[in-house]
Amino acid sequence: MLKIENLHARVEGKDILKGLTLTVNPGEVHAIMGPNGAGKSTLGNVLSGRDGYEVTEGTVTFNGVDLLALEPEERAAAGMFLAFQYPVEIPGVNNTYFLRAALNAQRKQRGEKELDSMQFLKLVREKLKIMQISDELLHRAVNEGFSGGEKKRNEIFQMAVLEPKLAILDETDSGLDIDALKQVAQGVNALRSAERGFLVITHYQRLLDYIEPDFVHVLADGRIVESGDKTLALKLEEHGYAWVADKDPVLTGASA
Amino acid sequence: MSEPQRTPFVDSLLEAAAQTSLPGSTIGWLDAARRENLEAFAAAGLPDTRMEAWKYTALRALGQRRFAPGDAQAAMRDVDASAFALPGIDGPALVFVNGVFRADLSRTEALPAGLSLLPLSQALQGDAEPLRFALSRHYREGGDVFARLNAALAGDGVVLRVAAGAKIAEPVHLLMIGAPAEDALAWHVRHVIELGEGAELSLIEHHASGGDQQHLGTQVADVVLREGAKLRHVTLQDIAASSTLVRHNQLQLDARAQASLYVLELGGALVRHDLHATLVGDESRLDTHGVFVLNGRQHVDTQMAIRHQGLNTASHSVWRGVADQRSRGVFRGAIVVAQGADGSDASLSSKNLLLSGQAEIDTKPELEIYADEVKAAHGATVGQLDERSLFYLRSRGIPLTEARAMLTAAFCRAVFESLPDERLREHLNHQLMAHLPSA
Repeated sequence: MLKIENLHARVEGKDILKGLTLTVNPGEVHAIMGPNGAGKSTLGNVLSGRDGYEVTEGTVTFNGVDLLALEPEERAAAGMFLAFQYPVEIPGVNNTYFLRAALNAQRKQRGEKELDSMQFLKLVREKLKIMQISDELLHRAVNEGFSGGEKKRNEIFQMAVLEPKLAILDETDSGLDIDALKQVAQGVNALRSAERGFLVITHYQRLLDYIEPDFVHVLADGRIVESGDKTLALKLEEHGYAWVADKDPVLTGASA
Repeated sequence: MSEPQRTPFVDSLLEAAAQTSLPGSTIGWLDAARRENLEAFAAAGLPDTRMEAWKYTALRALGQRRFAPGDAQAAMRDVDASAFALPGIDGPALVFVNGVFRADLSRTEALPAGLSLLPLSQALQGDAEPLRFALSRHYREGGDVFARLNAALAGDGVVLRVAAGAKIAEPVHLLMIGAPAEDALAWHVRHVIELGEGAELSLIEHHASGGDQQHLGTQVADVVLREGAKLRHVTLQDIAASSTLVRHNQLQLDARAQASLYVLELGGALVRHDLHATLVGDESRLDTHGVFVLNGRQHVDTQMAIRHQGLNTASHSVWRGVADQRSRGVFRGAIVVAQGADGSDASLSSKNLLLSGQAEIDTKPELEIYADEVKAAHGATVGQLDERSLFYLRSRGIPLTEARAMLTAAFCRAVFESLPDERLREHLNHQLMAHLPSA
């Protein structure tokens, strides 16, 4: 579904991704772990099409389409979703209105019929139940005055309504206490399915206690330097990122 | 003093004055006041941008234009006033076409008790003495050139009085329509409005066009709120993008009077609005809410001056401006807290959004305080749409143009939220949305 090959990307003239290769198939949950500055957030931003990230080499295809040629809204319509590390507050734009506009914009781009307000409300009610979110959040402006936990839950709720094919979670665990973390993970788990892929970007292993990955990759200096199953995350937790760096001749050379 | 330039503009209006016989011309004091104002207008001519009040609005192009005297056909012109009806609003209405009262388009029958509503042209046929104070004013400020012109040439407008204690439930709709004519013409309306002690009124000042035209309209309004009176004043300005409109509104609040102003500026090639409010009485209170949305080559200039004079007075102002394409918006909000106006509470917020690299907005809040124990806050910004918010919306599938429209609407929408009349609030928001760049 998602095929990243030899991806190089640059931010403000600085090379951040240096040959990243990764494939995510439907139904798989991949965790990307890595130390600060490894390029984790850059990966999420490049995939979602944020301005200011220059791809200098490599390809990304999403269900056979050249993802990098698409506008951010086209990527969303194609089934990609980024759960932001820092969701933006948008005063004056009602959460429900925004979500309906988003869903209908995607449906329109895909040539599907738009939902009227009754159909949309029905869908939202269903998803609220799955997410165990109070409908009070719906009546507020997008993320305005939301707590850190509420913002992240709102991201997952949006994901539930938009039903993407691939969800990228960018450090969704950052800034969450353990209860909020569990709630968010519960939401994500409820959305796991045989058709949907996940890319879970995180610094810490603890999120992976609640969202169990099929694959774990270690990102260091812009490349994946180690891949394995979920036990790799535990090893990292035990030994720290230095353990991976020690195993990698390039990194060892670079840090020497 | 240097000799002012005689421009085609001034010449054409002096010719107009010579040719026109205005209502009330047999009233000695009125005739004298008109002459004096006309002489002052001729002597000073149009101000240039060296004058602070006109710093951002150049009148050079206007000065080269000629305007025909008042519209002789105004009473007969076929105008569809129903096109400007406001949904759900069917109370008293006075309609003026090119500055001339049109009884056939107005609704003045069965006025509620305590409301007196007359066109100025009729009021001048009766006892004009109560109007003497307002109509014999001299405009001495150098920048008051259009008020002077209006004082010299206005023959119609509204004379509205609410008796002490009367609470008028239904809004009064004043509709000024500029209708296409053979020539570009200058028309003028003069309003005199007074709310007696404890009276309450909701007023709609509505400027519209019955088609494309290059007229110059001027309006002067004197609004006086006696002790404890309450006014809600909604202005909807949606004239043709080719026409010029200059308004000079003066508001006086006596003790414990309250005024809430809501202004939506959408149309016009060149629009100027001077809004001067004086909080004369103790504990009087004013709040103003304004939005302008401009595109094309529109130029809209709002000059608001609020003077706190009484004890424990309050004024709160929230203005938002959006300029697209090559348009230009100007907002000056000057608050003066006079000596002795202790306990004043004043705030002013002017936030503005540029949607294009060629658009310009000049905003200037000013605060002068000569009293003690004053609470005052003001802020002004000019910026662009937030890139992070735009990206957030797009990442959810909302196309760029729609995302921009959504954020722009959000920027303006909060301004009218406090307008209690749902019909008017909905209508203003609807008009606002219709003028914002759409998806």
